[in-house]
Amino acid sequence: MSPILKTVLQRLGLGLITLFAVSIIIFATIEMLPGDFAKAILGQSATPDTVAAFQKRLGLDRPPVERYLNWIGGVAQGDFGVSFAGLGGLGGGQETTVVSLVAPRLANTLFLAGLTAIVAVPLALILGMLAALYRNSFYDRIVNMVTLTSISVPEFFVAYILMLLLAVPHVVFDSPPFYALAKINFDMPFTERVMRSALPVMTLVLVIVAHMMRMTRAAIINLLSSPFIEMARLKGVSPRRIIYRHALPNAWAPIATVIALNLAYLVVGVVVVEVVFVYPGIGQLMVDAVSSRNIPVVQACALIFAATYILLNLIADIVSIVTNPRLLHPR
Amino acid sequence: MTAKPNSAGDRLLEIRGLRIEGQSEDRWHQIVKGVDLDLNRGEVLGLIGESGAGKSTIGLAAMGYARPGCRISAGSVKFDGLELVGLAEAKKRTLWGSRISYVAQSAAASFNPAHRLIEQFSEVPLEHKVMGADEAKTRAIDLFRRLRLPNPETIGMRYPHQVSGGQLQRAMTAMAMSCTPDLIIFDEPTTALDVTTQIEVLAAIKNIVRQFNTAAIYITHDLAVVAQMADRIMVLRYGETVEEAPTAEMLAHPKQAYTRTLWAVRSLHKPEEPADDMLLRVEGVEASYGNSIKVLDGIDLAVPRGRTVALVGESGSGKSTLARVITGLLPPSKGQVLFEGKPLPPALKQRSKDMLRRMQMIYQMPDTALNPRRRVRDIIGRPLRHYLGLRGAVQEKRIVELLEMIELDHRFIDRLPGELSGGQKQRVCIARALAAKPDLIICDEVTSALDQIVAEGILKLLLRLQKELNVSYLYITHDLATVKAIADWIVVMHQGRIVQQGPKQAVLTPPHHAYTELLLSSVPEMDPAWLDGVLARRGAAGGGAPAEASAAS
Repeated sequence: MSPILKTVLQRLGLGLITLFAVSIIIFATIEMLPGDFAKAILGQSATPDTVAAFQKRLGLDRPPVERYLNWIGGVAQGDFGVSFAGLGGLGGGQETTVVSLVAPRLANTLFLAGLTAIVAVPLALILGMLAALYRNSFYDRIVNMVTLTSISVPEFFVAYILMLLLAVPHVVFDSPPFYALAKINFDMPFTERVMRSALPVMTLVLVIVAHMMRMTRAAIINLLSSPFIEMARLKGVSPRRIIYRHALPNAWAPIATVIALNLAYLVVGVVVVEVVFVYPGIGQLMVDAVSSRNIPVVQACALIFAATYILLNLIADIVSIVTNPRLLHPR
Repeated sequence: MTAKPNSAGDRLLEIRGLRIEGQSEDRWHQIVKGVDLDLNRGEVLGLIGESGAGKSTIGLAAMGYARPGCRISAGSVKFDGLELVGLAEAKKRTLWGSRISYVAQSAAASFNPAHRLIEQFSEVPLEHKVMGADEAKTRAIDLFRRLRLPNPETIGMRYPHQVSGGQLQRAMTAMAMSCTPDLIIFDEPTTALDVTTQIEVLAAIKNIVRQFNTAAIYITHDLAVVAQMADRIMVLRYGETVEEAPTAEMLAHPKQAYTRTLWAVRSLHKPEEPADDMLLRVEGVEASYGNSIKVLDGIDLAVPRGRTVALVGESGSGKSTLARVITGLLPPSKGQVLFEGKPLPPALKQRSKDMLRRMQMIYQMPDTALNPRRRVRDIIGRPLRHYLGLRGAVQEKRIVELLEMIELDHRFIDRLPGELSGGQKQRVCIARALAAKPDLIICDEVTSALDQIVAEGILKLLLRLQKELNVSYLYITHDLATVKAIADWIVVMHQGRIVQQGPKQAVLTPPHHAYTELLLSSVPEMDPAWLDGVLARRGAAGGGAPAEASAAS
């Protein structure tokens, strides 16, 4: 196991370096955004003196390198700074930390992503294996058609269709079991949170199952012409067992990569679905923060998104290593 | 494990009028054109022929199986009275692995890389519900021992990549034997192995088939091998039976002209010629990959102008590594390579374009050495343009000349590699090497992936080109028949060192170095008693010597 552990630690180190590089890019990009936060908050009528005083209070008068180092130093200690929102009234505003703003939103997003993943990943694997087993059959064609459609249709459209069918009274159900709006908070009991999140989860499942299922099918079919598959057949192994016992264990690497990409999308890319269902996730928070030039929040969100991608890709890499006996059991 | 009754009339397999079609470009064409075949219990039938003769297809059809893209279009295959043609796959599955089993050519590709050997072995008896897991394990250990695998108790816990090729092939034979089948199809099981490993696998297979009185169809293109294994031989060509006879009779009195040409292949022999104009010298070369163990140690050799030096040894002996050192792909850690008396820069990047032009390579696998998306014109045209600056009509004319030199029609110029046979592809590789007008061509096992008749054609071509162009060859091979055919000088390598070298006649005449002797005595001969004879002599000389020699490499 020790060479594996070494590789994992190496990748983890590389991931941290990447994250560091990304933090520089995030900071530099936001620096380059046109406009001035202080002027935007204080309005056209503010005197230069007021603007200068405001900038000084927020530390915006310091050189960029110094501000970057302050920021990243704080982040390393878990302090993402203070939100700019609510600071408009000079001196009067209540200070809110970025962490207290972002943390509950992130928890909501992770809840939604987790729920979706629990449904979508096994579903995609099973559908993919069945499609590979019955390839070119009627079933295979139907599944392919449905998944292709769900990839092609924009997600907000899927969301509204589901809402119409399942949450509007007198369409399918006279008193629909689902909530059209998914306003949740962590004071609700678990089951209620699940019920309220049901429609966004369904929408997201429809969006991501297609990719994962198609990759599972392709990766398995790709292996079916291998000599060891023919050998298994000639040993008298049943087709079903050939798929899950002989093909799937050799197909994990490409499947894991696609799963990781889709899970990352669940964390960073679901803002449209959040808006449609008024789900209080991190995507909405970031969009709001961008429009109100709440820079510390934007930076925090961007950094979280980057970390998500890096972490999930790291996990996919580890999966490909652990499922490859050549690496796991060297000669 | 009781021996089955064996009487001449006890028919196990009966194939009548078998026709198999293969699909290419939406058209079905016949691969097997009406073959009859009979096999009794306990009998071993050898199927022999060139590639494309339909040997493997017939072997698989004996199981009622046709590869994807193929179909059994007519005829009948009766196994123990049961008609397999048209039988539902689920019914055939109950026979496969338990009563008829299959041993594939490449064990390395036919074992699932994701599972341990024991799991893959036990899968057969467990799927067929003839044994429990513990019983299957005991059975595996017993068979591993009978097949003389090292550490039979623990070898099953290894993954395929942790076991050598010869051992894997024996493990696959064990797997085929797991349910004590009535019939085993051996599909070229030793073709991919070195001679020294091949002899052990042959001995193990022969031994175990005898012990269990299993009937077998043994498919190969190597006559000497089939002579050791089969009771009866069937010669196939273009999907038809050429002739069929008991082994001894077939070897002594082949009736058909085609069979006699198969027999005559090994007679190619070039008299050695002395030389003193040394083109290439390798002096005291040592090399290693990374900082690990030395792969080459104290290599000294010389290649004369217009002559052939054969570099012989098993896989892992460092032959190909030496080629990498000479071409500059792997700079040596010690020693130097001299070309026409001048030291060559050790690394490829430091060598001039003209230097690179004068040394060309031909590889073992023409399939992977040719870009499948490039036409023959581009493949041969590229070195012409790169090294000699030929373009347009001049280049075209030269390509046609080169095609003539390799005995291919000028119409081949527009073909893609996929539209060529194995031998034709290798000829294109030769033309590509010749295009640069080299002084030295390094040939890395260039005929070992080809059939004997095709290989003989390539060797004749190489000899003719040498005479015409006075080019030198450094010919890397593990096949001693090839060495006899074309070498002037032989260098024998073992574990990164040269153990013997000298003029061909001197090396091939006793007394040999012990390792040369092992290599030479492992080459199968066309005598059905050869295998038993060699094994008996080696056994008397001090038990298990060949097994250890190859395990050490």
